[in-house]
Amino acid sequence: MTDEATTDRRTLLKLAGLGLGVAAVPTAAAVAAQGEPAAAPPAAGGHDMAGMNHAAPVAGGEPRPGYVFLNPDEAAFVEAFVDTLIPEDELTAKGTDLGVAIFVDRQLYGGWGNGDRMYLQGPFLEGTPEQGYQLRLTPNQLVTAGIADVNDHVSATYAGNSFDTLEEADRIKVVTALESASIDLPTVPTRYFFNTLFQLVMDGFFADPIYGGNKGKASWKMLGYPGVGEMYADKIAEWRNRPYRVDEPLSIQDLM
Amino acid sequence: MATKLPPVDVVIVGSGWTGGIVAKELAPTGLKVVMFERGRPQDTTPDFSGPQAHDSLKYSRRLHMVQDLSQETITFRNSMDQVALPIRQHGFYWPGTNVGGSGAHWSGLTWRWLEWEHKMLSGTVAKYGKGIIPEDMNLQDWPLSYAELEPYYDKFEKVCGISGKAGNIKGKNVPGGNPFEAPRQNEYPTPPMTASHTMMLFEKATQNLGYHPFPVPTANCSEDYTNPDGITLGQCHYCGHCTAFGCEANAKASPHFLMLPLARKNPNFQLRTNSTVVKVNLSSDGKRATGVTYVDARGRELEQPADLVVLGAFVTGNVHLMLHSGIGKPYDPKTNTGVIGRNYAFQGGGGAFLLLDKNTFTNPFMGSGALGTWIDDFNGDNYDFAKAGYIGGGGISIGSNSGDPLTYHPTLPGAPRWGKGWKQAMVDAYHHVAGIGHQGAVMSYRQNYFDLDPTYRDAFGRPLLRLTFDWQPNETKIMTAHSAVCQEIAGEIMGRKPGGPGGPRAIGHFNSAPYQTTHNTGGVVFGDDPNTSALNKYCQSWDVPNVFVLGSCVFPQNAGRNPTGPVGALAYWTAEAITKKYLKRPGALV
Ligand SMILES: Cc1cc2nc3c(=O)[nH]c(=O)nc-3n(C[C@H](O)[C@H](O)[C@H](O)COP(=O)(O)OP(=O)(O)OC[C@H]3O[C@@H](n4cnc5c(N)ncnc54)[C@H](O)[C@@H]3O)c2cc1C
Repeated sequence: MTDEATTDRRTLLKLAGLGLGVAAVPTAAAVAAQGEPAAAPPAAGGHDMAGMNHAAPVAGGEPRPGYVFLNPDEAAFVEAFVDTLIPEDELTAKGTDLGVAIFVDRQLYGGWGNGDRMYLQGPFLEGTPEQGYQLRLTPNQLVTAGIADVNDHVSATYAGNSFDTLEEADRIKVVTALESASIDLPTVPTRYFFNTLFQLVMDGFFADPIYGGNKGKASWKMLGYPGVGEMYADKIAEWRNRPYRVDEPLSIQDLM
Repeated sequence: MATKLPPVDVVIVGSGWTGGIVAKELAPTGLKVVMFERGRPQDTTPDFSGPQAHDSLKYSRRLHMVQDLSQETITFRNSMDQVALPIRQHGFYWPGTNVGGSGAHWSGLTWRWLEWEHKMLSGTVAKYGKGIIPEDMNLQDWPLSYAELEPYYDKFEKVCGISGKAGNIKGKNVPGGNPFEAPRQNEYPTPPMTASHTMMLFEKATQNLGYHPFPVPTANCSEDYTNPDGITLGQCHYCGHCTAFGCEANAKASPHFLMLPLARKNPNFQLRTNSTVVKVNLSSDGKRATGVTYVDARGRELEQPADLVVLGAFVTGNVHLMLHSGIGKPYDPKTNTGVIGRNYAFQGGGGAFLLLDKNTFTNPFMGSGALGTWIDDFNGDNYDFAKAGYIGGGGISIGSNSGDPLTYHPTLPGAPRWGKGWKQAMVDAYHHVAGIGHQGAVMSYRQNYFDLDPTYRDAFGRPLLRLTFDWQPNETKIMTAHSAVCQEIAGEIMGRKPGGPGGPRAIGHFNSAPYQTTHNTGGVVFGDDPNTSALNKYCQSWDVPNVFVLGSCVFPQNAGRNPTGPVGALAYWTAEAITKKYLKRPGALV
């Protein structure tokens, strides 16, 4: 590892494994949007340090979520990938601050990530595109193998860096190349790796916050989605061609 | 070795729409009826209650109510010269599991098929002659007419509380309904649902173009309704969590609350969940079913002897059980002989993107699975399809179904899919876009069929069912023509020339990977001729008369509309044939 920031980040991530806790921390803005007291100042430093500098528990004494499935290298990759797809802007905080990386981790570790309802018997043949997914890999195997592949590619192309240590512009370049499958990954087909991780990140941004992503219902507020508790039998006619909005969309947790 | 259980009178395989209807009708006869369901028990309360019922990750993405592919799937290929490979992740159709089957998580568009759609062969020949039928098309009539089935359609609609507007009562045109529909005896049991703004835009535009819009008949109830069996359906909440979800309001008609509680009132009826039927057992001469073998929750193999076996295991489950059990002659596409696996068809589709202005608000989250406005002007034989160069047609519609951001976060055409600018593109689109869709008929062909896979096996050691299917020129032409109509309507709404984004679902090969619909037809078709059909007009096996098979696997080809209206009607028709005819004199009814 060449640059300092990388070392620091890796060290922090390893410490995370020892229980110091590093994962997606809401920015002050996102926390405020949830109506909770801001627990920590907004992340300082370079993009790759974001979310790494708040080891203290959040207000109320709840421990910060950490990773259960991803190892530190994989977690760093996923965080960088998430924030490349979902950057901070005037509409929402960045993806990691919204819990999207934690969402990805939890989904990969659960039944779906382990391919629990997939048909996984061989023989495994490549097939045609019309025959769909034909790999032996479960979603979590696919994603972790793809992460290693992409990091090897990045290391060879960008002087020993890993994806998470790249400058934003280079990360965008790599993700664009993955999306168009113009990088050919050695272990897993680029298309499957990208589509699976892309879908997972999108799901983390939009799914009910009960799964750990979409913190503060940020994507729902952004779109003007009223949440999961509404009934519209008496509203559909009344609100025809008028924007129906609520101040605070309701999530599953809000309604329990 | 399977443990043999004490015999019963009737075994029903599957607790979905067809199994549920037959169970409800047979249970009061006092016969010992056992129903097998591979999935788990499930009921409105507690399974669909609370805010968790609207968990779109669980239901629309992880497909909690859809079959477990690690246990059973099918293999797929486009043509006979390919090696079929298993569908490893949920793909083009989502067959249900658990009590209620797909009936518990369907959308609820509930049609009566047109008269022509019950007699596609003779109806086509009468109008256009034999010459227009392609050589490889196995066009066949139903063995019963719309008129014969009408009372059973009526019954199914009343039981489900279907919300709609009649267009043709006893031959008299009724304003507001579908002017092309076949004559009905009665108005729908409940009035149409409330239209959304986009539906009204569609209505106006199609009227301007000279077409005939009408509200889609829905099994999402427009008002509280008590059906003739005394069961109450609630008013639909328009909550937008419908397709792939269970309904907490009992507004979406489903066999789990409309059929099974009534069957279960009878002490001679028993439902065994977590029990997969793996085979129908036959007598040594192969002419009688002696019962079924099933695997229970613990993995034990048990034999349940029975005098009568009714299959309601959805299309793929039924075809698989017939082939694996050796009931009827398997279809051979090379010689176009044999019947089990013959005439598989799917559903065509496509559409146009509707980009509305910033001052138009769609409120996309207000809706239900079936809420929509439809035109039938290009469906069935309502128009001169021969002039258009094909056989069949399709419905064209706009729906207000779900705005849950997990599955609905459209962007404007050409916008980025992530990163800078992407979120703004979603914000710009979310309240201001819609889609116009079409749903096309698919004819049946020699080369589109089911058989057993030579290589892959399911968790029970059985060969998987193998599907060979591709779009044929007839269907590609329908999809192309109808996408153009969608464009025309979109243009009329938007005040622009047709030709924007959107298009037919598939030009090229059929792709099994993305979800399309769960409207599969054929494989165990009914008919008048045992050489081209597996079942007679009572859905009874020609070869093994104590086996009845139900569901859209009996349709000889697919129409440009959803299947469950006639599926439900035929289940009532068959149940009546069993109670009124078969039980009096068990044996072939034809
Ligand atoms: C998402 C979705 C939306 C739909 N929307 C519409 C719509 O709007 N309009 C419409 O007309 N149709 C729609 N359909 C189709 C409709 O659901 C089916 O036509 C209908 O449910 C078929 O009834 P069935 O009894 O044949 O099968 P199902 O209702 O699927 O029931 C079959 C049952 O058999 C069980 N089973 C299968 N194999 C075995 C076995 N070996 N042993 C024991 N049990 C077994 C299954 O677990 C299941 O419970 C939709 C389907 C889906 C999935």
